[in-house]
Amino acid sequence: MYVYDQYDHQMLAERVEQFRDQTDRYLAGKLSDAEFLPLRLQNGLYIQRLAPMLRVAIPYGLLSSRQLRKLALIAREYDKGYGHLTTRQNIQFNWPELAETPDILTHLAEVEMHAIQTSGNCIRNVTTDHYAGVAADEVEDSRPWCEIIRQWSTFHPEFAYLPRKFKIAVCGTPADQAATQVHDIGVYLIRLENGEIAFRILAGGGLGRTPVIGQVIFEHVEKRHLLTALEAIMRVYNREGRRDNKYKARIKILVRETGIDEFREKAHAEWERIKGSTLTLTDAEIERCQAFFVDPDYVRRLNGSATLKEKLHGDADFARWHRRNARAHKQPGYAIVTISLKQTGVAPGDITDRQMEFIADLADKYSFGEARISHKQNIILADVEQRKLHELWRELSTQSLHTAALGLLTDIICCPGGDFCALANAKSIPVAEEIQRYFEDAAELEEIGDLQLNISGCMNACGHHHVGNIGILGVDKKGEEFYQVSIGGSSAREASLGKILGPSFAREEVPGVMRTLVDVYKAERKNGEAFLDTYRRIGHEPFKQAVYAGNH
Amino acid sequence: MPAIIKDGAILTRDRWTLLREATGPEVLQAAPGRSFIVPLDFWLSYRAQVEEYCGETGIWLDSHQTLEPIADVLAKFAVIALNFPVFADGRSYSNARELRQHYRYQGEIRAIGDVMRDQLYYMSRCGFNSFALRHDQNSELCLQAFGDFSTGYQSSVNEPLPLFRRRGGARKE
Repeated sequence: MYVYDQYDHQMLAERVEQFRDQTDRYLAGKLSDAEFLPLRLQNGLYIQRLAPMLRVAIPYGLLSSRQLRKLALIAREYDKGYGHLTTRQNIQFNWPELAETPDILTHLAEVEMHAIQTSGNCIRNVTTDHYAGVAADEVEDSRPWCEIIRQWSTFHPEFAYLPRKFKIAVCGTPADQAATQVHDIGVYLIRLENGEIAFRILAGGGLGRTPVIGQVIFEHVEKRHLLTALEAIMRVYNREGRRDNKYKARIKILVRETGIDEFREKAHAEWERIKGSTLTLTDAEIERCQAFFVDPDYVRRLNGSATLKEKLHGDADFARWHRRNARAHKQPGYAIVTISLKQTGVAPGDITDRQMEFIADLADKYSFGEARISHKQNIILADVEQRKLHELWRELSTQSLHTAALGLLTDIICCPGGDFCALANAKSIPVAEEIQRYFEDAAELEEIGDLQLNISGCMNACGHHHVGNIGILGVDKKGEEFYQVSIGGSSAREASLGKILGPSFAREEVPGVMRTLVDVYKAERKNGEAFLDTYRRIGHEPFKQAVYAGNH
Repeated sequence: MPAIIKDGAILTRDRWTLLREATGPEVLQAAPGRSFIVPLDFWLSYRAQVEEYCGETGIWLDSHQTLEPIADVLAKFAVIALNFPVFADGRSYSNARELRQHYRYQGEIRAIGDVMRDQLYYMSRCGFNSFALRHDQNSELCLQAFGDFSTGYQSSVNEPLPLFRRRGGARKE
């Protein structure tokens, strides 16, 4: 992974000191709430329902075991012993003291981490597919490009006071597990007909109140021109994005109100002005960044498959976990392992200090000392030898981290919701738990197969409900919590937005609605179809009729 | 007069009078010879009178205004002031960068309006070299802001190359 040099270290140390001074001035009454607000937000600090919340960036989801141990220390010493993985490859601490946050940032800086630009109206932590660099079918490793974008966007002096927050995702895999098309800017690595690799750049995607799928701004951009193309889009947005209404301030609204053709023209015109400037990437810089992401020392010609086959044959629980949570790796003899953080009874994405340390040890032992965070709120060990999978699984089971749920109905994406968040209209964590309890039969879950369920506690859509195959949105009806259900969403390459089923439901009705949707799917599915395939074939109506049939 | 920082020093005297609002060309005659910073709309409406005026004139743009209407005559202005109606309105950063990088404007770029200590570093990197501080700002403390960071990843007026082009040089040394 990327290793800081003296410049990175120095700037980070200076940032910590700057924020310490800002916090001191705020606590001394020399900065007003309104003035401190953008400053603390750009350092990841929210004021939540119960306490401040500190959001720490995990740049494009990559963590060393050393960093994971530091997060464990912070969880233990400054929080209540746990952290929460978010849908944008960050970790949130829900209980720090405001006065202690500069100390937490100092700790983070020791391991090349920070909370810079994890909130506020600026360019946020860049995200990518959590299988980057190890997926068998990847066009090119996206991580060096994420790092290049991270550096360009960090402390960017022109774009620190944008109309609204700004999220960039980069993706090099055909499957697209980065939700690229619902980002303010989505960057795809593509292979051109002549074999060269270039970027396709989309803009104007997003979720929230107005979900939109991004549209192509630059059909293909040579690698060296990446940053000027991004800067051109940013400048048009900074200039012209609406500032009169917070709910209309995202780039998706600007693109819609300007019209895609005119917006594209403006971005291209700005690009023409700055293309070829000193911001043009050099081969040396591209190579420098790529050198941080070369393959680890894989064992060649592994003869692990016999051992694995034997274990798979002899242990049904292991075999189920292996089917769900181990995925194909580009290197023969290796697997990509996902550790599910979706145990029933635990808020999706929550992880304790002990679990962090435990996983850090496993990363050292099995996966070259690195782990990854997915936007689906799980942890990945990306480079595990197949012959060691059984041993790893057994170790995971000692800490109840062996849930074999990846991609299943209970692998729920869920925001913190009304239990923590000041913005929420309704609770989301208990809804997730009730659904997990309702569908507790592992064999049945596997039989249902791939089904992405996403839950948000309000229309800000941190739980990505619009792009869940099933999405649940908490709404407020005269002071009571209700849940609106949509179906048919997907954040993958064939992205689509879910369609609302109909009137919302009381919380206790939600598991039953899930049951009905699943039953319709099971009755209608044809050979090998996943839920989304069946939905796309038969449409909305059969699901809707079944769900509301009993009520009329 | 607000406290002004220019080129890293607190000004004891500032020759410019900022005309926040100007209704007609007669304001120029109220104090002949004085140096005025006039609003863009005023300049567009009374360009002839401004150009005939015996004193010096600069111009100021609000955050929603663009440089296009004055692109051909930028060099006429000794100062171009860019307004921050509220500190969270970041449009003037783009105008400053465009002035320096695209138009190669060499004169003074002054930040006016809601200008506080915590914006100064980014403003200076975007090309502002003078700052009319908000009334409650301690100008001595504000001077320290320019040293918040020793460098940045991006290019700036003082560092025409982004860090990735400087890093290579640093390695060779």
